[in-house]
Amino acid sequence: MTSELISLTAAETASKVASGEVSAVEVANAHLDRIGAVDERVHAFLYVDREGALAAADAVDKARAAGEQLSPLAGVPLALKDVMTQKGIPTTCGSKILEGWRPPYDATVTARLKAAGVVILGKTNMDEFAMGSSTEHSAYGPTHNPWDLDRIPGGSGGGSAAAVAAFEAPLAIGTDTGGSIRQPAAVTGTVGVKPTYGAVSRYGLVALASSLDQAGPCSRTVLDAALLQSVIAGHDPMDSTSVTDPVPDVVGAALRADVKGLKIGIVRELGGEGYQAGVRQRFDEAVTILEGLGAEIVEVSCPHFPYALAAYYLILPSECSSNLAKFDGVRFGIRVGEGDGDPSIEQVMGRTRAAGFGDETIRRIMLGTYALSAGYYDAYYGQAQKVRTLIQRDFAAAFAQADVLISPTAPTTAFKLGEKLDDPLAMYLNDVATIPANLAGIPGMSLPVGLAPEDGLPVGLQIMAPALADDRLYNVGAALEAALLQTWGHPILQEAPSL
Amino acid sequence: MSTSTADAVVPYDEVIAEFDPVLGLEVHVELGTNTKMFCGCPTEFGAEPNTQVCPVCLGLPGSMPAVNATAVESAIRIGLALNCKIATWCRFARKNYFYPDMPKNFQTSQYDEPICYDGYLDVDVETDEGMKTFRVGIERAHMEEDTGKTSHQGGATGRIHGADYSLVDYNRAGIPLIEIVTKTIEGTGKYAPEVARAYVTALREILRGLGVSDVKMEQGSLRCDANVSLRPSPDAKLGTRTETKNVNSLRSIERAVRYEMTRQAAVLRAGGTIIQETRHWHEDTGITTSGREKSDAEDYRYFPEPDLVPIAPDPAWVEKLRSELPENPAVYQARLQAAWGISDFDMMAVVRSGALDLVAETVALGADQAAARKWWVGELTRIANDRAVELTELPITPADVARVEALVGEGALNDKLARQVIEGVLAGEGSPDEVVAARGLAVVSDDGPLLEAIDAALAESPDVAEKIRSGKVAAAGAIVGAVMKATRGQADAGRVRELLLERLGVSE
Ligand SMILES: [Zn+2]
Repeated sequence: MTSELISLTAAETASKVASGEVSAVEVANAHLDRIGAVDERVHAFLYVDREGALAAADAVDKARAAGEQLSPLAGVPLALKDVMTQKGIPTTCGSKILEGWRPPYDATVTARLKAAGVVILGKTNMDEFAMGSSTEHSAYGPTHNPWDLDRIPGGSGGGSAAAVAAFEAPLAIGTDTGGSIRQPAAVTGTVGVKPTYGAVSRYGLVALASSLDQAGPCSRTVLDAALLQSVIAGHDPMDSTSVTDPVPDVVGAALRADVKGLKIGIVRELGGEGYQAGVRQRFDEAVTILEGLGAEIVEVSCPHFPYALAAYYLILPSECSSNLAKFDGVRFGIRVGEGDGDPSIEQVMGRTRAAGFGDETIRRIMLGTYALSAGYYDAYYGQAQKVRTLIQRDFAAAFAQADVLISPTAPTTAFKLGEKLDDPLAMYLNDVATIPANLAGIPGMSLPVGLAPEDGLPVGLQIMAPALADDRLYNVGAALEAALLQTWGHPILQEAPSL
Repeated sequence: MSTSTADAVVPYDEVIAEFDPVLGLEVHVELGTNTKMFCGCPTEFGAEPNTQVCPVCLGLPGSMPAVNATAVESAIRIGLALNCKIATWCRFARKNYFYPDMPKNFQTSQYDEPICYDGYLDVDVETDEGMKTFRVGIERAHMEEDTGKTSHQGGATGRIHGADYSLVDYNRAGIPLIEIVTKTIEGTGKYAPEVARAYVTALREILRGLGVSDVKMEQGSLRCDANVSLRPSPDAKLGTRTETKNVNSLRSIERAVRYEMTRQAAVLRAGGTIIQETRHWHEDTGITTSGREKSDAEDYRYFPEPDLVPIAPDPAWVEKLRSELPENPAVYQARLQAAWGISDFDMMAVVRSGALDLVAETVALGADQAAARKWWVGELTRIANDRAVELTELPITPADVARVEALVGEGALNDKLARQVIEGVLAGEGSPDEVVAARGLAVVSDDGPLLEAIDAALAESPDVAEKIRSGKVAAAGAIVGAVMKATRGQADAGRVRELLLERLGVSE
């Protein structure tokens, strides 16, 4: 029973709960048992809220018994990235500096999940403050890729992706600043979507880079991601940068799954040299499938993409240096060095930050502080914003030629834990294909398109659409997913070694 | 650590003979909105510390600001009243610095894109050549959030350095502020202190008229920083400036500018250089002392606030706000001055003391304008100065003053008794009528008790009585005085004199 319940999709689970075939409490227990069985090895979770999850599941069962109308994801378990606040539940952002902090409020995403009867199992591991591509920068130890426990699960949302891949939860919330939802999805064989910037409220998402951050769904199927996005998306007065436009019908698009007559653009700058052979092979095969489904394949050029990484690593650290200034030991989190001598407030702040932040966080705070300094602002932050405008223009020109754009999600499959830890630049290159979408604020999805022949590890394909046209991702993604499923005969995760 | 050791100063007329002063004034106004700049917390003054807070104004991880639309409207109305241009598109910016009263360790403010810019305010100053108008240019008026309030416990200085520990009240964090910055104010010559005071006075009247703030300087809802520098002559390049903070009354603005001019002149005359720094004004000793050095190198790493969308006020809305602005205080003043029929000089006295609205209200309640001015500009302004509070902070209303004047008009009080009634009202003894009743203050108009008092006084001073009888009428004053004293001032002195002379059979 347990193994059956954890292998269901979110859509299947919701329908079984709604029909009374299983109770939400049974579903929650099955997942809590799975977490108990495998998470010691995967380490996807930083905190498991067994009591809260069972109470939420029980509330769904009671509502059903009372004849209340259940929302489409009621009773479905979910893993919440630890960057999102949940009232009374420890929220660390993968950092020592927030150890012990229990937020007094729910993020808007959390509140919407609760209101929809989604059962929050716990908080997932991540690179500290969402900085990294491997989850190795978590202060609480890395998460392991369920496909190979010696490999990284991607980052920063490695915990969320691994939880979904390891059947610890059918759904998870991730956040994507430069690829933190899509790249982990690619290397774990799961689906991850970064919605249009502003489609999902950032209120309660502990900010890394405010102008880039966006929360979105992690799942095992395109339809499940659509169901989750429709629960969490929509304008929020608490986040004035959230869009007021109506939420596109992503669920309808995922059910339509028809690419006939669509123009699909391959981005010349995102592929070729620097991309692993098996990644290129699986990508090319997927292109052939899309063509076979009736899509018209065109090649587009985005000439400014080679500058995206450099611009990103000026904008992100700049905003991050300011966003992370509040972590000073005065009002929340740890406080260090108060009793040592007779320190000034500045010394206590300095000691707290030195002890509380990890190396990568400190590196980016210093980069950003420098880039924003008087006399350097124009040359760095100002120049990076100009590049951002150019990248937006590249996308505009490309979308004039194609309805959606595609590329490999990441240049390689999952690398070994520790392999790139001492080489920040090599680590940064993992996000080369995902960063442009964040800079332009457009939506992007990663879905699995097979295993690289040379290492047997999952390969992700990225779909990008114009801002507010998230439904196109789901339409194309679902069509490709269905065709691949037919080819493989089973979901790709069935090929993962059992844990 | 600064001490209150007085610096050398140069006599003011010598400062003026040798130097040309240049001013710059920065005024922070706390808006009277019901809620804070970026969250829904109430703004009421005086609540228990840290009771008017939420995740946003505490800067908790994950929280985000959302702009208070009323604050934006107030900012635009202030800009319009100060003849400013209103930006068609502007943004907030983050001003980054670490300090425990800043929940986020950055202040959400405006930097190079203020909502209001390039305006002016004309102010009148009494000069040797009569009333003269000075135009003060307004560089910008922008929106920002207030910080929390720190109080440093223990230690000798009351400052963060040397304190044992500090307490922070975040009730004030996030209160909407408008910062109004003047262009450099040149060409004032010796009237620099008066111009500074007249500017803040006029600005305060405008803000009060707009109803956007309660403009209470002593509660900090209107705060002024004065930048002062000296140069050898009006065509020389600008000298190094200091920024004097903690100037909490109209009077101290004038005094602080004057003091800073005399101090800087002494430094320059001795061949020294002025250090660019923040200085603190001390109301009690009338001097400024050095605060932290403030070099241009201080780097706030400003950048556009990415958590807020730009503000683009609809031009039609701005024009609507413009058309709904209240009467300009200068026009309002001219109207009152004409109605009262008083001189420029007398009108200035009313305006300078901040009593304009109080006098106007008192007159509206039926009091004579001269009497209303006498109380508010004379007696009550003196008392307010003694108590170091604003006139409006005295526990007496225009209605009280008007009632006292009505009693004087009826002959129920004389001038001396009226002062006692005012004193009673200020002491919290109740309304004028209650004070009259409780203190038993009323003009004694019955001749009987007066004659008794006269006879008693005459019996005590037979020699004086004899003098008066012999025709030295001037000596009557002593007896009248004694009678007034015996009746605790409640008699009508004229009537006492009449009765006395009658009693002694003497005529004037
Ligand atoms: Zn608040």
